[in-house]
Amino acid sequence: MSPEPQAPRSAPESGTAPGPSALTKQAPGAGARGENVIHNIGYRNYDGPRLGRSYARASLFEQSLRGAYGLGRSAKSKVLPMILFAVMCVPAAIVVAVTVFTKAKEMPVEYSSYVIQMQPVIGIYIAAMAPQAVSLDLRFRVVPLYFSRPIRRGDYVAAKYAALSAAIFVFTATSVVILYVGALLAKLDFGDQTKDFALGLVCCLVFSVLHAGIGLAAAAATPRRGFGVAAIIAVLTIPYMLISALQAIVSTQGETSAVGWLGLGSPGSLIDGLQSKLLGGRNAFPLGVELTNAQASAYVALIALLIAGTYALLLRRYRKAGL
Amino acid sequence: MRVTVIAIESLTKRYPRVTALDRLTVGITPGVTGLVGANGAGKSTLIKILLGLAPATEGGATVLGLDVAREGSAIRERVGYMPEHDCLPPDVSATEFVVHMARMSGLPTTSARERTADTLRHVGLYEERYRPMGGYSTGMKQRVKLAQALVHDPQLVLLDEPTNGLDPVGRDEMLALIRRVHTDFGISVLVTSHLLGELERTCDHVVVIDGGKLLRASSTADFTKSTPSLAVEVTDTDTHPDGTEALRAALVAAGLSAQAPGAAGAPGAGHLLMVDATDESAYDTVRDTVTELGLGLVRMEQRRHRISEVFDSQQPLTASGAEPARPDAARPLQTQKGGGGDVA
Repeated sequence: MSPEPQAPRSAPESGTAPGPSALTKQAPGAGARGENVIHNIGYRNYDGPRLGRSYARASLFEQSLRGAYGLGRSAKSKVLPMILFAVMCVPAAIVVAVTVFTKAKEMPVEYSSYVIQMQPVIGIYIAAMAPQAVSLDLRFRVVPLYFSRPIRRGDYVAAKYAALSAAIFVFTATSVVILYVGALLAKLDFGDQTKDFALGLVCCLVFSVLHAGIGLAAAAATPRRGFGVAAIIAVLTIPYMLISALQAIVSTQGETSAVGWLGLGSPGSLIDGLQSKLLGGRNAFPLGVELTNAQASAYVALIALLIAGTYALLLRRYRKAGL
Repeated sequence: MRVTVIAIESLTKRYPRVTALDRLTVGITPGVTGLVGANGAGKSTLIKILLGLAPATEGGATVLGLDVAREGSAIRERVGYMPEHDCLPPDVSATEFVVHMARMSGLPTTSARERTADTLRHVGLYEERYRPMGGYSTGMKQRVKLAQALVHDPQLVLLDEPTNGLDPVGRDEMLALIRRVHTDFGISVLVTSHLLGELERTCDHVVVIDGGKLLRASSTADFTKSTPSLAVEVTDTDTHPDGTEALRAALVAAGLSAQAPGAAGAPGAGHLLMVDATDESAYDTVRDTVTELGLGLVRMEQRRHRISEVFDSQQPLTASGAEPARPDAARPLQTQKGGGGDVA
C-alpha cells in the first residue's frame, strides 16, 4: 500500500490536541510575522534502516543494564544502587590507602576474597536490582509489549540475564580494579598482581552469572517486587548461614572433608570454595579447609548446573507471558 | 489501493476447553477497520495470531503479505500494537519509554529520538512527556500507548480497545486521533471495540465476530447507507391534541412511510416521528403537511441508520438459521447495542 501524499498540512492538530496546539497551529501567513514560530511539518514517514531482532535484543540489554544503576529512571531509583556501589568501593579504596602508606609487601586482602567478604552488600544489590529488572515488566505488563516487537521469548530472557550478570559484574569488578590499581601504586610485583587480578575477575564473572540466574529466577516468579526482594535475600542468606553453622559443627569433630562437601549447599559457599581452590583466594571455611580435587569438580559442575537450570527456569516462566 | 492488508483464511484456534476462532475467513483492506465483538468473541486471540505470537490450529493468515506462522518477526517490525491493558512503567518518562520501544522495533538511537519527539507531539503530549508516567491521567496514558505503537512508522496498527476508560471528551479525542492515523499518517488501522457507536464514526469498514465466527464484514457505508430518515418533532395544538399522531396519519396519506413514535428503530422516541426520506420531495411534503395541520415544527433533522439497527435485523437470521445449536448466540450483541446507543 502507498501512504497518502504528505502535502504540507497546516493544521492537522486541530481538535485532538489540548492548549499547546495553539502554538503549532499557525494561520496561513502567520509565519512571516516573526522568527519564533513553530512550523508544523505534519507527519513524516520513516524510511531509514530497521535493524531487526539482534539490535532490539542489544537495546533491551543496554536499557536493562542502565536500569540496574537507575539510569534512565527516576531520581529515586538511582539512590539505592549508587549508595551500594559506593559502599562496595570505599573499603577497597581504604585497603589501597593502607597498603600504599604502610608500604606493605602484599595486599591485606586477595582480589577474590574481597568479593566474597563483601557478599552481604552484593546480596542487597542483587535483591534490589533483580526484581527491578523483571518484576516491573511483569507487574506493569510491559512484557506483552516487548513480545509485540521483533524479539522473541528467548531474546528477552537472554537480554535480561546478560544485563543483570553484567550489572553485578560491574558492581563487583570495579572494586577489584581499584585494588589492582592500588597494588600497582604500592609497587607490588606486577606479574603476581596481574595474574591474581585476572583470577579475581574470573571469580567476579562466575559470581555474577550464578547470582544473576538465582536472582532473576526468584524475582520472575512473582510480579510483586517486595516478594522478589524478600525471596532473593532469603535464598542468598539462609542456606549460607545454615551451611556455615553446619561446617563449624562438623569441623570441631575433625571431619575436614565433610566441610568441603557441605559447601555445595549454598551459592555463597559454592563461590567461596571455588575461588579458594582455583582462583587464588582464601576461603572463610572453618580451619581454612581446602577442597579436594573431586570436591572442586563437584563445585564446578554444580555451578554450571545452577546457571543452566535457572536459565531454563526463566525460559519456562516466559512461555506463557505472551499478550 | 485495493490491496489486502490482512488476509485471514479459514482460521481456527482451539484451546483445550474452548474454540476461540472457528474457520474465520475475512480480508481487511487499507483504511480504518473496526473489529467488533463481545468479550470472549475472539478479538484478542485474533490479534495474537496476527502478530505471529500464537500458532493457529488450522488455516492461516497473512499480514502485509507476510505469513503469520513463519514471518512473525518481520510482521512485528512493520506493525504497531496498542494493548488494551495498562503497559507503562510508572517511574519512567514518556520520552524515555517511547525511545526505548522505538529501539526495540529496530530504529537506530538518533532516529528513535527524533521520531519519539514527533510522535508524542502528534498524539498531543507536550511538556508532560518528561515527567514519570506514574502521574499521568488515563487520557495521557492512552496517548503514550498509542505513541509507542506508532513510533516506528508501521504500515498497520492494531489498537485493542483504545477508548477503554476514557471519559466522553477523551473518547472523542482518541477517535479523532485514530481517524488521523489513517488520513494524515497513511497508516492502516485495525481497531477493536465493543461499542458500535464508536466504530460507526471512525471506521471505513466493520468486521463483526461472535463466538469466533464471522458475523458480518462490510463497509460502514453499507451498514448505514439505506434510505436516510428524517426525525420530525411537532407540537400539539387544540385541534390536534396528539400532533405527532395526526402528522403521521397525514404523511402516510401523502404516500410517505412514517413510523409511529416509540416504534423500533426510533431512538429517543417521545414525540419523535421517523420519516423515510426516499427523495428530496419528502422534505417539502413534511413541511407542507405540518403547515396544513397548523402544527408547530420543533425540529426536522436527518438521521442515518445506525450499525446497531442493522444487527436488529441480523440477529433473528443468525440465531435461527445459521446456528441452531446456539440459541444464545445473538445475546452478546444485544448487550453491545445498548452500549452503542450510549455513545451514538
